[in-house]
Amino acid sequence: MPDTVKELEKKEAELQTGVERTRATKVYTPSVDIIERKDDNIVVADMPGVDEKSVDVTLEKNVLTIYGRVEPAIPENHRLVVSEYNIGDYQRVFTISDEIDREGIRASVNNGVLRLTLPKAEIVKTRKIEVTSRA
Amino acid sequence: MLWTDFERSGRQVDPWRELERISRSLARAGAPSEREFPAANLWVASEGATATMEIAGMDAKDIDISVAGKSITVQASRRPEETKEDEQFHRRERWYGRFSRSLELPFNVDADKVKARYVNGVLSLDLPRAEAERPRKIEIKSE
Repeated sequence: MPDTVKELEKKEAELQTGVERTRATKVYTPSVDIIERKDDNIVVADMPGVDEKSVDVTLEKNVLTIYGRVEPAIPENHRLVVSEYNIGDYQRVFTISDEIDREGIRASVNNGVLRLTLPKAEIVKTRKIEVTSRA
Repeated sequence: MLWTDFERSGRQVDPWRELERISRSLARAGAPSEREFPAANLWVASEGATATMEIAGMDAKDIDISVAGKSITVQASRRPEETKEDEQFHRRERWYGRFSRSLELPFNVDADKVKARYVNGVLSLDLPRAEAERPRKIEIKSE
């Protein structure tokens, strides 16, 4: 059981000043794990309600944006008696460094979890230099 | 308290619905920090209810659902991302661990007819009302 439930509540994504949204839905910031591995970085984001068709991953210059659209499913002729969470889209923006191999970025969605693999560019991978003795 | 609901609906006020709404808002005001996990939504109709929870990244077979009378309990756990020795977390915000969440319904549930679906990380439970408790239409005979 997580200790800090408050931390786990959905947080609305911040909007840049002067920018308006075109969709009349709330937008939340998905929780993410970012793991640095030897050859790549992994970004894992919880986006329940999103599938591979409704998520967009875009890279513009150094800005990596993930956006997931969620269509709320409201049962017909029912009335909401307990409402602890709201349904909305997800958005999160990251700046990435030049150390990432842009062409090699991969994304997959499984059970509402988006997983991005950002491979490190050849130059930053630690390379072992062979030491040879002079003949 | 602002009673704007009255004007907006324009319909006759259902006193039971109002009572329900008030008791709910009171319950919430009493313990705002003791939110349960995961958050749930519950819709109710005369023939049954639908409960939903956002629990991404599970296997459907790892979610345990049990029904007893008016209450349903959902139990599951999620493992943290695994890291090897030379790997490190830069961000760690996603939840992990085990949870057990119970919901109390306003009626008894027909346990045999409960349907559960887990789609894109959202669990939704169809909870039909027990047959014996369903509202029945009474025919009036004129003589």
